[in-house]
Amino acid sequence: MKKIVIVDDEPSILMSLEYTFRKNKFDVFIARDGQEALELLEYVEPDLILLDIMMPKVDGYQILKFIRNHPALKEVRVVFVSAKNKEQDVSKGLEAGADAYVAKPFSLKKLVEQVNELLIS
Amino acid sequence: MDSISIIVLLVFYLGLLFVVARWAEKFRNGKLLTGPYVYALSIAVYCSAWTYYGSIGVAATSGIDYLTVYIGPLIAFPFWYLIIRKIVRISRINKISSIADLLALRYGNSRSVGAWVSLLIILAVIPYLALQLKAISETFHVVTHTDESSSFLLDSASYVILIIAAFSAFYGSRFFDASEKRPGMIAAVALESILKLLFLLLVGIFVVYFVFDGSTDLYNKASELEGFAKKNRIDGAEGAVNWFFLSLLSFLSFFLLPRQFHVSVVENRKEKHLKTAAWLVPLYLFFINLFVFPIAWGGNVLFEGEQVNADVYALLIPQYMDNQVITLLVFLGGLSATVSMTIVASVSLSVMLTNNLILPFGLSKRIHRPDFHPTELIVRFRQIGIFLLLMLAFVFYRSFAMDYSMVSVGMIAFVLIAQLAPAFFGGLYWKTANRKGVLWGMLTGVLIVLVLLVFPAVLKAFKGYGLLEIDMDEFGGAGILDTIGMGILDPIPAALWWSLLFNTFVFVVVSILAKTDYRQRNYAEMFVDIDHYVDSHINAFVWRGTAYISDVEKILVRFLGEERTQRALRIFRQRNQIAPEENLADARFIKFAENLLAGRIGTSSARILIQGVTKEEKISLNEVLRILEESKRQIEQNKELVKAGEELRQLSEHLQSANEALLTKDKEKDEFLNIVTHELRTPITAIRSASEILRDDDELPEEFRNRFLENIIVESDRLNGLISEILDLERFDSGKNALSFEHQNLNEILSSVLETLNHLFVSKNIRLIRNGLEINTLVWVDPVRIYQVLTNLIGNALKYAEGEPAIIEISVTLKDSVQEVEVSNNGPKIPEEELDLIFDKFYQSADSRLKKTQGSGLGLAICRRIILAHHGEIWAENKKEGVAVCFSIPLDSREKPEDSL
Repeated sequence: MKKIVIVDDEPSILMSLEYTFRKNKFDVFIARDGQEALELLEYVEPDLILLDIMMPKVDGYQILKFIRNHPALKEVRVVFVSAKNKEQDVSKGLEAGADAYVAKPFSLKKLVEQVNELLIS
Repeated sequence: MDSISIIVLLVFYLGLLFVVARWAEKFRNGKLLTGPYVYALSIAVYCSAWTYYGSIGVAATSGIDYLTVYIGPLIAFPFWYLIIRKIVRISRINKISSIADLLALRYGNSRSVGAWVSLLIILAVIPYLALQLKAISETFHVVTHTDESSSFLLDSASYVILIIAAFSAFYGSRFFDASEKRPGMIAAVALESILKLLFLLLVGIFVVYFVFDGSTDLYNKASELEGFAKKNRIDGAEGAVNWFFLSLLSFLSFFLLPRQFHVSVVENRKEKHLKTAAWLVPLYLFFINLFVFPIAWGGNVLFEGEQVNADVYALLIPQYMDNQVITLLVFLGGLSATVSMTIVASVSLSVMLTNNLILPFGLSKRIHRPDFHPTELIVRFRQIGIFLLLMLAFVFYRSFAMDYSMVSVGMIAFVLIAQLAPAFFGGLYWKTANRKGVLWGMLTGVLIVLVLLVFPAVLKAFKGYGLLEIDMDEFGGAGILDTIGMGILDPIPAALWWSLLFNTFVFVVVSILAKTDYRQRNYAEMFVDIDHYVDSHINAFVWRGTAYISDVEKILVRFLGEERTQRALRIFRQRNQIAPEENLADARFIKFAENLLAGRIGTSSARILIQGVTKEEKISLNEVLRILEESKRQIEQNKELVKAGEELRQLSEHLQSANEALLTKDKEKDEFLNIVTHELRTPITAIRSASEILRDDDELPEEFRNRFLENIIVESDRLNGLISEILDLERFDSGKNALSFEHQNLNEILSSVLETLNHLFVSKNIRLIRNGLEINTLVWVDPVRIYQVLTNLIGNALKYAEGEPAIIEISVTLKDSVQEVEVSNNGPKIPEEELDLIFDKFYQSADSRLKKTQGSGLGLAICRRIILAHHGEIWAENKKEGVAVCFSIPLDSREKPEDSL
C-alpha cells in the first residue's frame, strides 16, 4: 500500500481528499496546516505528498524545501494542489521542485490517475 | 603710566591694526574676510567712543536716556534688512560709493544734490569727529595723569591724534575706485569691534563683581543715591514722547550716518550677509550696553560728592581700584572704538569730498581736457582730504571749549544728518520725489536746525571764550525751544520734530508741484522698482542721442587705464552681443560707461564726462515712461516664461506622481483580485470535490454522504458571503456606499445583534458579560452598518473565546463626545505586531490558533471602513486574558469630528 500525506488547511477539501484516497487503497495521513505536516513527516516516510501552497505560518514552498533537503525524503513525489493557478504560479511551483502542479478546483478522478501515474514512473 | 609709554603702546597698537589690514588685503578673497561675520562686526562701527564714554556719562547723570541711541537701531533692524537690501542692490548695479552719490544719482545725476548732501554731512560730522578726538585726548590725560595743555604743541595728546590722522589718511584711500571693497579696513574695523566689546565687558564684570559684590549690591548702594529713582524712569507721556523722538533720531542715523552707509552698503559683498548682520548686530548692541548702567552707577557710588567727569568712569574706576591692566585695556577699547569710527567716517567723507565737491566743481573744466590724467591726483586729494578733515575736527575741538557733553554735540550732528531722511526714504519708495523737492526740503530743515540748535551752541561756545557777551538763553536757546517744544519736548526732540516736519512738508509739496526731468524719472523708476530691474538694469536706462564708442573709450582709458578699459569693453560686447566694429553707442553702452566711471569719480562727475562727448536728445517724460514700461514688460515676460516653465515642470511632476499612484493602485487591485480568486476557488474546490464523490461513489456510507452534503451547503454559504463582502468592500473603496444616518441608541442595536446570535452562545456554552447597559445616549449612525460591525466583532469573539468558562465581555462607555464599544474574549492573544494588520483585507495570522475557522478575511476590513465612515476609530488590543476589539464613534460626526476627538 502506497503511503500518501495530504496537507490542506481547508477541512472540507481535506475531507474529500482523505475519503477518495482511502477508497483508492492508499495509506492516508493528513495534516491540517504546514506546521502539522512538518511534524508528521518526522515519523512518516510517504511515497507522495499532496501539498497546498497558501497556508499560514509554514507554506507549501517551505515544506517542499524541507523535503528536498531531507536525506530520507528526497525521493518523495510532491504534488502541489493550489487555487493559485496562473501560468507563472505553475511554473514557479515546478521550478521549486514539485513533480506536478494541480490547480484547484480539480477533478478527483483525474487527481487519483495523476498520482498513480507519478507513483509508477 | 607716562605719556611716552602710552604713545609707544598706541603706535604698537596701530601697527597691529596695520598688520591685520595688510594681511587682509593679501588674502582678500579668504573665506573669513569675505564672510558674513566680518561684515556684521564691521557694522558695529556704530558704537564709537560715545558708547565707551558718552553713554556712561549720560547714564550717570541723566539715567536711562542713554538707551535711546540703541533702541532706535534695535527697532530698526527688521526694516534695516529690507531697506539696506534694496540699497545694496541699487548700489551694486550703479557702483555707488557714498550716500551723497546715491542721492545724486537718484535725483538725475545731480551735481547740486551730491554737493549739498556732502556739505551737510561734512558740516555735521566734523564736530562729531571732534568729539572722538576729544575722547582720545581726555582719556589719554586720564590714563597718564596729565593735564591738558593750553598750547596744543605742548599737549602730547595732540601727537596721539596726529598719528591717528596720518594712519587714517594713509589707510583709507589706497584705492582709486571708491566703490571698490576695502577688505583691510573692514578686517581692522571688525577686529576693533571685537576688542572694544571685550574690554568693555571686562571692565563691566570688574566693576560689578570685584569692585562691588554683584549686581544686587551695586543696585542697593546706587538706589540710596539722590535722584536714582527719578533719573531712571520715563516721566509719563512727556518722557515717552521725548524717548520716541530720540529713538527715531538714532533709527535714522543708523541708515544715514556716512560710516554706517559705507560699511553696510559699499562694503557689502553678498546680499545674504545682511541676514547674519540682522541678528548679530542687535546682539552686539545688547551686549555692549549690558554694563553701561552698572559702570555709570558704580562710578556714582564710588565718586559721590567728588568733582569727576562721569564720561570717563570706565577708566576712573579701575584706576581708583589701582588696576593698571584694566585701565589700559579700557583705554585701548575706547581707542579701538574711536579709531575705527574715525577711519571709516573720514574715508567716506573724503570720497564725498572728491567725488561730489572737488571733481564736479573744482575740476569741472579741466576734467574734459584729454591730457588730464587725474588718477594720481584723486588719490592724493583723498589722502589730503582725510587728513585735513581730521585736522579740522582737531581745530574744532581745540578752539571751542567743548563744555558741551559728548552726547549733546553728537545729538546735534544726528539731527543735522536726519535732514537727509525725506530725500533718502522718499527716493527709495516714492517715484514723484524729485530734485527740487529734495533741495528745498533739505534747506528748510537745515535752517531750522541751525537756528534752533547750532547757533545757540556756537554762541554758548563763544561766550565761553569771552568773545560774545550775548546771553544765549535770551537769544533763543531755551526760550525759543521752550516755545517750540510746546512745553513737552526737550530741545533735541523739539528741533528734530520741527525740522523734519517742515523738511518733509516742503519736500513733498515741491516734489508734487515741480516739473521733473526724464533722467530723474528714469532713476526714480529704477530705484523704487529695483527688484524688477536688478537682473537687467542696463536695459532700464533710457537714453537717446548720438555718441561714438571710440570717444567714450578715450575717456575710459584716462580714468581706468588702457588694459582695464579694453577688458571691460570686451566683456560688454560679449554680453550684449555687439560687434567690435560697431562704433555707434546705444543707451546700454552709455550706462555701462557711466557705471565704470561712477565707481571712481562719483555718479555726477561721470555723467558730466560722458555728456561732454555725446549729443543727447531730450526725451519727453511720457516717452521715458513708455520705454520703461516696455522694458518692464519684457522683463515681466521673461519672468512669466520662466514661471510658465516652472509650472509646466510642476505639472509634469504632478502627473508623474499621479501616474505612480495609479500604478500602485493598479498593483494593489491586481493583488486584491489574485487573493479574491484564490479565496473564491477554495469553497468551489470543496463543493466540487464533495459533489464528485456523491456522484461517483455508489457505495458511499450514509454518514459520509451527509457530511459531504453538509460541506456543500456550508461552502456554498461561505461563497455567497464572500461575494457579498467583496462587493461591499468594493462599494466602500469606490465611495459608492452611501450611509443613511439616524440617531440611535448603540445598546439597542447591540441587544438585537445578541438576540440573533444567542443560539451560538448557548450552543458553545459561552458566558456573556455586558457593561454600560445604562448608557442610552443617542449616536448619529447608520444602524444597519453598525449592526453589521457588531455582528462581525461578536462573531469573531465567538470563534476565538475559549477556556472554562469561555467568556465574551461587551462594554459600552461614554467618553466626552465619543461613545466607545469594546468586544473582548478570553481566547488566544494576537501577536503585538499583528494588532493593526488584522484590519487589512484577507489578512491571515501567522499564528495557526488564530487561523480563520470560517469567514472571508474581509470582515474586519469592512468594519474598519464602516467605522471610518462614521469618523470613528477601530483598533484591537491584547488584554490580560484574551483580546479586545474596540471602536469609538463621535456622538454626532456632523459637528467637526476632528475637534471632538
